[in-house]
Amino acid sequence: MSRFSHILATATAVVALATPAGLCAQDIAITNATVATGDGSEPMEGATVVVRSGKVVAAGRGVTVPAGMQTVDGTGKWVTPGIFAAATTLGLWDVGAVSESNDLTAGNSPFSAALDIAPALNPSSQHVAVSRAGGVTRASIVSAPASSIFGGQGAIVDLGADPDMVVRPRAFQMVALGEYGARLAGGSRTSAHALLRNALREARDVGSGEMIPGGRAARGAPRQGDDLGPDNRMARNETDRGSDVLLTRFDAAALVPVLDGTQPLYVVVERAADIRAVLALRNEFPALDLVLAGVSEGWLVASEIAAAGVPVIADPLDDLPSSFEQLAATQSNVGRMVAAGVKVAIGRLGNGIEQPRNSPQYAGNLVALGKIPGASGLSWGQALATITSVPAEIAGYGGQFGVLATGAAGDIVIWDGDPLELSSAPTAVYIDGVLQPVSNHQTRLRERYRDLDESDLPKAYDW
Amino acid sequence: MHIRAMATLAGAAMLAACSTSGDNNRGDVASARGAPLGDNDRVPFASTYEPYPGAPTALVGATVFDGAGGRIDNGTVLFSGGKIVGIGDASLGTDGYTRIDGTGKYVTPGIIDVHSHLGDYPSPSVDAHSDGNEATSPTTPEVWAEHSVWPQDPGFSRAMANGGITSLQVLPGSANLMGGRSSTLKNVPSRTVQGMKFPGAPYGFKMACGENPKRVYGGRGRAPSTRMGNFAINRQTWLDAKVYADGDRDKRDLAKETLAGVLDGDILVHNHCYRADEMALVMDMAKEMGYKVTAFHHAIESYKIGDLLRENDVCSAIWADWYGFKMEAYDAIPENAALLQKQGACVVIHSDDENGIQRLNQEAAKAQHAGRRMGIEIADAEVIRWITLNAAKAMGVEAMTGSLEAGKMADVVLWNGNPLSVYSRPEKVWVDGALLYDAMDPKRRPVSDFELGQPGEGDVK
Repeated sequence: MSRFSHILATATAVVALATPAGLCAQDIAITNATVATGDGSEPMEGATVVVRSGKVVAAGRGVTVPAGMQTVDGTGKWVTPGIFAAATTLGLWDVGAVSESNDLTAGNSPFSAALDIAPALNPSSQHVAVSRAGGVTRASIVSAPASSIFGGQGAIVDLGADPDMVVRPRAFQMVALGEYGARLAGGSRTSAHALLRNALREARDVGSGEMIPGGRAARGAPRQGDDLGPDNRMARNETDRGSDVLLTRFDAAALVPVLDGTQPLYVVVERAADIRAVLALRNEFPALDLVLAGVSEGWLVASEIAAAGVPVIADPLDDLPSSFEQLAATQSNVGRMVAAGVKVAIGRLGNGIEQPRNSPQYAGNLVALGKIPGASGLSWGQALATITSVPAEIAGYGGQFGVLATGAAGDIVIWDGDPLELSSAPTAVYIDGVLQPVSNHQTRLRERYRDLDESDLPKAYDW
Repeated sequence: MHIRAMATLAGAAMLAACSTSGDNNRGDVASARGAPLGDNDRVPFASTYEPYPGAPTALVGATVFDGAGGRIDNGTVLFSGGKIVGIGDASLGTDGYTRIDGTGKYVTPGIIDVHSHLGDYPSPSVDAHSDGNEATSPTTPEVWAEHSVWPQDPGFSRAMANGGITSLQVLPGSANLMGGRSSTLKNVPSRTVQGMKFPGAPYGFKMACGENPKRVYGGRGRAPSTRMGNFAINRQTWLDAKVYADGDRDKRDLAKETLAGVLDGDILVHNHCYRADEMALVMDMAKEMGYKVTAFHHAIESYKIGDLLRENDVCSAIWADWYGFKMEAYDAIPENAALLQKQGACVVIHSDDENGIQRLNQEAAKAQHAGRRMGIEIADAEVIRWITLNAAKAMGVEAMTGSLEAGKMADVVLWNGNPLSVYSRPEKVWVDGALLYDAMDPKRRPVSDFELGQPGEGDVK
């Protein structure tokens, strides 16, 4: 039995016992490994990580292993927190082009902001399993706006091999502006902005009229951030629900927590001018808890994003003028924003083909930029943080996920080398201290077709 | 600095030479296999590409992967006059060459992408630029990808700067069973597509099996709407073409000229095909009709039939790890390339993507290490072959480029580290001995017409 299949067998046994989730969290210490905590610091050699009752107890050099604890020799291995995939779609589809299997969009739905992805998530999706084997342990899951500029409410999930995927449902709302939002709104950015303002005011009306918690929080004189004063039509707070509504009551109610800032609003936006327009929204709706997603031209307005304290989820390697709102796209975007003080996570990877297990490759590319004169890259520690602690912080789980710190979830990946390097892969993945299985459709195919021998029986019997 | 100054001077000389080169009838002599002469007995749209000038250069001290599976530590690569002069170890004489110290660095042949749509689906990817699928009939052998190529696509420069791409094949898309002729290009900035056309490269012929043609046409309530419909239309089209090919061919018919070129063996078939069972059917169809499939592209399930592919001498052009985006990709595994290599079948790593073409080296590395983890060890130098010589072979240009051999085009990349590491990038890229990208020189970085005066012009990208 190879080392790999041994781990696989062990992991399968563990999971068989692990229902309900969490009961089989292992107390374990990994010693003498190269440990990177994910907080932006550089990796430490000869370090130890201790996990007890599903939580990290300690990580670093000089950590003492409690007596009697199961110990894994980490010599030659690297240990990191699990990858946190920001703004991904795992669990929402089985095959992208098979629409029946794909819950990413709902273009013909009568609802938009009210859409809640939590009940659609499938923890048994092969993409969850494949990503887990690649070291992805947590994610923020988004749906794509399609029936309106609002995509609905995303969730924070774990990728544990158990029936409980959702960590936090309705964790944020998704809205598209820029070219994407303009197309959905009727053909122009002007319409997208009017729809957004109208929707938030309808939410205010519904929230206060129906006494939805938080619904009264956002009252106040609206401003538009210039010396002209508000456009009365846009600034009017009252909405006649009898005849002048665009949102269903369900959608309007769903936006109440966005308006009062208890639910973050992820805004898909690319162009510098569009980013400025998003940041200006807080002049009118001061409580908005904004997160920018996409942001190809963020480096052009990095200081403004930093001053606004708005975090960013960026697709890091976009360097083509794929659209007229991405003319300034460059692989130095993330590095320049980070240098300006913006909190940046890597996410929305893949240009339509989602492979969040490639997050480390993307992060490694940002390190590689450091050798190119004129380019702005990241240090190794910063790069790891963009796929671990920073996306966790943006998701509202700073100190709990994506970091090896005392009290954080026992989401641990042991790698056979530098995790950002192409040659490396996880040798063990723990979520909440539970050793995870790495078997999936791909690994089973690999074993079936290790040879092409059909002399005794067809391949269909080779399982 | 010395090198750069020399190259700049040489560049000025080249411009002068070019200004008089328009009337030397190069079009008549350019080799263009598979292109019947036009009515005026000229090769249509003949290549006008000519190498840009370069200084005689010796790369010394680097680790050299020659593209043919060879590796030389502390190697020397000499090129002059646009050609590789020789490669060897540190004992190779470098008198008369400008020496570039490659200590700690790596040298490979120029990277080649066998499957690109740059120019046909350029950036920005707006509808007005969507020129890759003539999706108005299930068979369009009459169209030529080169007539859609926009040479100002900024993607060409990114492919060079980040991916070390020196040659690429631009294919029609996969909406049609027979998509048309491909265009093989040298990755040089040019005002015209003729100025990029790889001299002497054979044409390719794009075919597609499976989901795409049946979806595109079935969606319109016409044939083909099934896989059996795909084959019926393909076979009838070939049968009609054979009548033409076996006749006098006097009446010009653009579609049948292309198909006859395939039957003659002058035009190489590049067949988009994912599933193992369908690839087997396509190979049988090729035998029935008397042509050969040169490469299956996107061949997700090749690992299931590595023996068949080896026996039929068909390359598999594949991604490292794209998974599950369509039904045909549900059985994708990252060990595909390694399993094929183990079977002795031809492996090419391709991109089909304006971003992926910038990282073919990284994709090859991922495929290598997926194999290593299942016990298949493939040396770095052999892996480089997947994105150099094997790609060149699949495009029919292996006698001219794809490896560092004396007499071949001096298409060369100097990497600032092992190209199979995520931390490495091209530092310098030469095409036919001309230094066309230099990471250390902001001015030696092409900026397309489209990008002039735009935000981000001339950025490192």
